[in-house]
Amino acid sequence: MRTAHELTVENDGIADTMILTRSVSRAEVVREICAHLEPYQVGEKPITGETVIAKDLTIDSLAIMDMVMELEDRFDVSIPMSVIAEIHTVDQLADTIGDLRARA
Amino acid sequence: MGLFDRHAGLLDAYRDVRTTGYDPFQIRMERVLSPTKAIINGRETLLVGTNNYFGLTFDPSCMEAAIEAIRAEGTGTTGSRIANGSYSEHVALEKEIAEFYGKKHCMVFTTGYQANLGVISTLAGQGDFLLIDADSHASIYDACKMTQAEVVRFKHNDPSSLEARLRRLGDKPGNRVVVLEGIYSMLGDSAPLRAFVDVCKKYGAYVLIDEAHSLGALGEHGRGLCESTGVIDDCHFIVGTFSKTLGAIGGYCVSDDPDFDILRVTVRSYMFTASLPPSIVASVRQALRVVKARPELRRQLWDNVATLYDGLKAQGFTLGPEHGPVVGVHLPDRMTAIGFWRAMLDAGIYVNVAVPPATPNGVSLLRCSLCAVHTKEQLDHMVEVMTGIGRQFGVLPDKQLRAAGAR
Ligand SMILES: Cc1ncc(COP(=O)(O)O)c(C=O)c1O
Repeated sequence: MRTAHELTVENDGIADTMILTRSVSRAEVVREICAHLEPYQVGEKPITGETVIAKDLTIDSLAIMDMVMELEDRFDVSIPMSVIAEIHTVDQLADTIGDLRARA
Repeated sequence: MGLFDRHAGLLDAYRDVRTTGYDPFQIRMERVLSPTKAIINGRETLLVGTNNYFGLTFDPSCMEAAIEAIRAEGTGTTGSRIANGSYSEHVALEKEIAEFYGKKHCMVFTTGYQANLGVISTLAGQGDFLLIDADSHASIYDACKMTQAEVVRFKHNDPSSLEARLRRLGDKPGNRVVVLEGIYSMLGDSAPLRAFVDVCKKYGAYVLIDEAHSLGALGEHGRGLCESTGVIDDCHFIVGTFSKTLGAIGGYCVSDDPDFDILRVTVRSYMFTASLPPSIVASVRQALRVVKARPELRRQLWDNVATLYDGLKAQGFTLGPEHGPVVGVHLPDRMTAIGFWRAMLDAGIYVNVAVPPATPNGVSLLRCSLCAVHTKEQLDHMVEVMTGIGRQFGVLPDKQLRAAGAR
């Protein structure tokens, strides 16, 4: 469940560029990733944790890297390019972000 | 799976491109007449997409120097710099480029691509960190594939995005190497270098800047963005190419680092390829003299930039963010860009067409590059032609509609 506090943060006009320094839930990370991927959705098929980003969606490799750059700033982590290359699904991306945040 | 199956998407896109008529990736210069004219498809065509910023490809003094060198030393060196391919002239050229920048050391490579590939992948190794601008040239991306260092991209021309990434590295051991370009090759925009240098200093990062498109064009002496922004001393490594302003082929890297020469026995793209032929070394040495002796070429180049950029802007085209020797014209999509490009060729004007995945942010562009020896008439004509085609393609509002709207 989202708290009212989180909702106000998200509805704030500057929320898009805000760095989240408080702890974030995995569901929140997944939600954020899905929001970035929505424009590349194919038909009605929903984007889930198992969605293979480069295959199930219409996003190209450069756009994936640009999305990762946005997520990096949102969650205040850096994901090396070699690690990005090994990420296939939404779940894997969320786990990577979670792991990096835990280590920071 | 077939060998080419993984390229299926690209093949489809390429097929689309080819069905429109000429294939922009297989254009043939039937005969090159001058830095600004060639015969293409049987007709004389104005060249506005050749990176030949000073027009030195036909400079008589450079041509004579090359011809003389061939007579004296033959057509090729048939060996690498670490074997039989180091001639006195290679060493002299390195000395002259180092002096041009006021740096202690210079290495010359067979292409600029190889300079970036080899230097960047060697400078940052296991345990180090390579931070690159998101819009970096392919040679920089390819270097990233060859290095053991951790590679992170930052947002194009955004020092705060770089800073966030350096900050996140915290006190992890390992060198930080930041890679920038003086002028970016697709949209002609230049890096906010001073701000980048400040961030790098704060975090103790090395700066490598590729001045491929800014050599000659920027700075009082044409050294590039590092000169025009006054930070040559803060750029630890400056890379460049002979294939644009200097009108030949080859690449270089200069530095003050006392141990720089170790790169001569570690950089594989330097060690395992033949060195530049004597003719090229001779024409490049002469071209560098011309760059130093004729600053008016730089003024002419920027005058021409203003004519084209301001002319297209006034007609309503969407362009790159600032004046630059490269003028990128945004078009709504790939097919419009290809069609527009072809219509221009039919009208006798050649520019480059740049479409995804070769472009940042998936944009489709006509990439124009100016030459100091374009005439104002040629460029005014080009603006007129592009305006006409722009209206036909619905990229610009129709004249009558505009007039009606203005009433
Ligand atoms: C930014 C940049 N760096 C390097 C290169 C490579 O130069 P060269 O033609 O010497 O291989 C180019 C040219 O394509 C470039 O645009």
